[in-house]
Amino acid sequence: MTSFRINGRPVTPSFPDDTPLLWVIRDGIGLTGTKFGCGIGMCGACTVHVGGRATRSCITPLSAVDGADVTTIEGLDPAGQHPLQKAWIALQVPQCGYCQSGQIMQAAAMLADFPEPSDRDIDAVMAGNLCRCMTYIRIRAAIRQAAGELKGADSHG
Amino acid sequence: MAKLGHVSGSAAHPLARRDFLAAAIGTGVAFGFVGLGDAAIDPGNFARAVGTEGPVFAPTLWFGIDREGIVTINIIRAEMGQHVGTALARILADELEADWDKVRILHVDTDPKWGTMVTGGSWSVWQTFPVFSRAGAAGRMALIEAGAKLMGVAPTACLARDGKVVAGGRSISYGEIATRGDLSRRYTPEELGKLPIKPIAERRLIGKPVVAIDIPPKTNGSAIYGIDAKVPGMVHARPLLPPTRYGSKVVSIDDSAAKDVKGYLRALALEDPSETATGWVMVIAETWPAALKAAQLVKVQWTAGDAASVSEKEVQDRGAALIADPKAGSVLDTGGGDVDAMLRTARQKVEATYTTASVLHFQLEPVNALAFEKDGLFEIHTGNQWQSLILPTLAKALGRPEASIVMRTYLLGGGFGRRLNGDYAVPAALAAKALGRPVKMILPRAEDVRYDSFRSPSVQTLRMALGEGGKVLAMDHAATAGWPTQILVPGFMPKGTNGVPYDPFAIAGADHWYDVGAQRVKAIPNDLANTSFRPGWLRSVGPGWTNWAVESFMDEAAHAVKTDPVAFRLAHLTGAGRNAGGPPSAVGGALRQATVVKRAAELAGWGRALPADTGLGIATSFGQERDMPTWTACVARVRVDRKTGMMIVEKLTLAVDAGTVVDPDGARAQVEGAALWGLSLAIHEGTEFVNGQVRDTNLDTYTPLRIGDVPTIEIVFAESAEPPVGLGEPATTVVAPAIANAIFAAVGVRLRHIPMTSEAIMQALSHPR
Repeated sequence: MTSFRINGRPVTPSFPDDTPLLWVIRDGIGLTGTKFGCGIGMCGACTVHVGGRATRSCITPLSAVDGADVTTIEGLDPAGQHPLQKAWIALQVPQCGYCQSGQIMQAAAMLADFPEPSDRDIDAVMAGNLCRCMTYIRIRAAIRQAAGELKGADSHG
Repeated sequence: MAKLGHVSGSAAHPLARRDFLAAAIGTGVAFGFVGLGDAAIDPGNFARAVGTEGPVFAPTLWFGIDREGIVTINIIRAEMGQHVGTALARILADELEADWDKVRILHVDTDPKWGTMVTGGSWSVWQTFPVFSRAGAAGRMALIEAGAKLMGVAPTACLARDGKVVAGGRSISYGEIATRGDLSRRYTPEELGKLPIKPIAERRLIGKPVVAIDIPPKTNGSAIYGIDAKVPGMVHARPLLPPTRYGSKVVSIDDSAAKDVKGYLRALALEDPSETATGWVMVIAETWPAALKAAQLVKVQWTAGDAASVSEKEVQDRGAALIADPKAGSVLDTGGGDVDAMLRTARQKVEATYTTASVLHFQLEPVNALAFEKDGLFEIHTGNQWQSLILPTLAKALGRPEASIVMRTYLLGGGFGRRLNGDYAVPAALAAKALGRPVKMILPRAEDVRYDSFRSPSVQTLRMALGEGGKVLAMDHAATAGWPTQILVPGFMPKGTNGVPYDPFAIAGADHWYDVGAQRVKAIPNDLANTSFRPGWLRSVGPGWTNWAVESFMDEAAHAVKTDPVAFRLAHLTGAGRNAGGPPSAVGGALRQATVVKRAAELAGWGRALPADTGLGIATSFGQERDMPTWTACVARVRVDRKTGMMIVEKLTLAVDAGTVVDPDGARAQVEGAALWGLSLAIHEGTEFVNGQVRDTNLDTYTPLRIGDVPTIEIVFAESAEPPVGLGEPATTVVAPAIANAIFAAVGVRLRHIPMTSEAIMQALSHPR
């Protein structure tokens, strides 16, 4: 049996080891903020963090996360107030919203690596996340705004 | 242009006929709240139990006020990214003088009392505005009367503001009035129709910035979409789709290998009296992963329908043959004139043929549905754009009255027209009926695409007669494609001047606002398309191809008479005759279109010198329908790399006149999304029908626009007090022709097919004509 922590909570789901992590999270653990889009790792709607790395859960077998820390959109910030989430609301990024959990999780991992991303960095890292409503203009702007807030917090703290 | 309301026989605003029944009602009666508890969704808070107490004051069907003063507004439109509930609630709340912080919205489940439930055509704000304005006004007046009585003052001494009735220094809240007041005031539909709407200067919510109610839950994982629906005891269905949409039959099913999969239950061949899911086999399992795994092991043999030997080229060849046939098609009423004579005698003629490829919706949430029977009611849980259309089909499929079926409402992970066709609800319902258990069905991505009602490929031939000074004397436009409305709602097809019915949504846009003298618009259904696949409505529908042709062609005509493309357009957007426009929604007519053309051109620096191989192209649109025009213009700035044929779209500049803008940020978001959809359809998307199926079924080969492809975009809205119109679609249709026209300006190459490709540019560059 595979055990891991999800949003800090230990779990041992009763799914076969080759089950995609996405369905373990959605159907087994019951966290539905992580979405199914393409099933081949090319839309990014299923993005979660595994050990802090942005990971496509639809093509990650359960066995691959044994012992790992998995974070979903529900666990990114206990109050939903991660700087990215605040920026997403302030700039009214989501339209249908279906891809946005994945967008935010991908962006959060990027900001951990590149606290001050250029537009080119943003385009490169976010290229794997499809937004069918085409909210890209606001995604870029919101990432910049959140990066600014994080930087401000650093310099004051 | 006929629209839904006209063709189905109701008034210009279908909802306007909805009775504002009721009048005020007594304590505890929950008007407009279906079923309570599990019914409807509040997109602002999915954890909130909706309607547990219900409103105590509900003077119309459309809203209620509870004892706490919470105003709950019933929204019959689907939320699919347009923040429609917020926009519509602003309209009602403004007239009601509600405190916005106490406004909640409720996306309701199906019920006959709501009238037609459809979300499409960029109609929502335009159709709802008059209805919700008066509903809000009625509420305000009733509250003032009741509040005045409670305060012992004359109603004329009172005004309503911020959820209170105020008389001098005293006030009483709506919640208190709802609790204590005499709420017996009744309004007849006639009275409601005469209620005055506030002057624009008195608007306090419309046109002001607001955070859309649905947005916060879409940032923290709490928003619930159809795919998230669940119910205890449900089983999971993974469908296996037949080789053709129509006419396939299951010959045999071998599931022996699947029986080793833990949780696998059975493979079920559907019997579908509605012929919506003909030839489907549902692989049923206790869990979704088990259904996925088992589906790989179930072997099904089918016989295929006729479309198995049909491909895109045959469909397009058939279209070209139909255009060449003078007897084919329906002729729209565009004022007439002897087009053929003018074309015979004109000093100069222009003719061109334009084509578009098949295009997928590829909404990110694959279609899905949860279905079960409970207490004599068949419940369908799914996100849908046109519940009123699919309910009769569900009734036929299930063999039960429509009144015993309810569709529960969820967020849509993208609509774009895909969910106008609720066909995906049918297989889930049939499986639930067959198994006697709740069935949750999801279509994996490839199946979602194969079952898509994709946008039909199209062929159009345009001809123009030009006279002295480059004046257009006649224009002929023949367009053919698969017709969604002919297949799904034939009753909505009006007749042309030759008595032949046509799909209004598949030809809209060809009946443009240019003065072209004698004009003929012919709409021709492509019968091979209609029988080979199910053509669908895709964001912007007909104008997605008609405006591609019209605006490319206007550019070709301008160059043919050696006139600047902006000047040529303006010279023919004079607002004369049938293009003068008029109330209610088209006041100003073509002159408003001329204004946005000028505005976009100025902003984009039209006429200024540009670097080598870089060009500006303009295109314009009146949006979706002549009597709901959204005046739109776009200038594309494109650089072409002559070595590779690469098109670099550097900037899009858009000017939009949509009348009154109810939700400014939401409106901008719609135009941003629509314009980028237009860009994606112009150069990034496109598939091909091959032997009964679309060629591309996932993102490995189907390549919509990604973040790095986004150019600089500048959008301006006209300040306007005219009635609000639609915004979800119009900006989609101007981008492709603007790009094609810019490419011509940059390197002298004319592309007449979308998607435009580097290969096509290279070919044209190497074979100059």
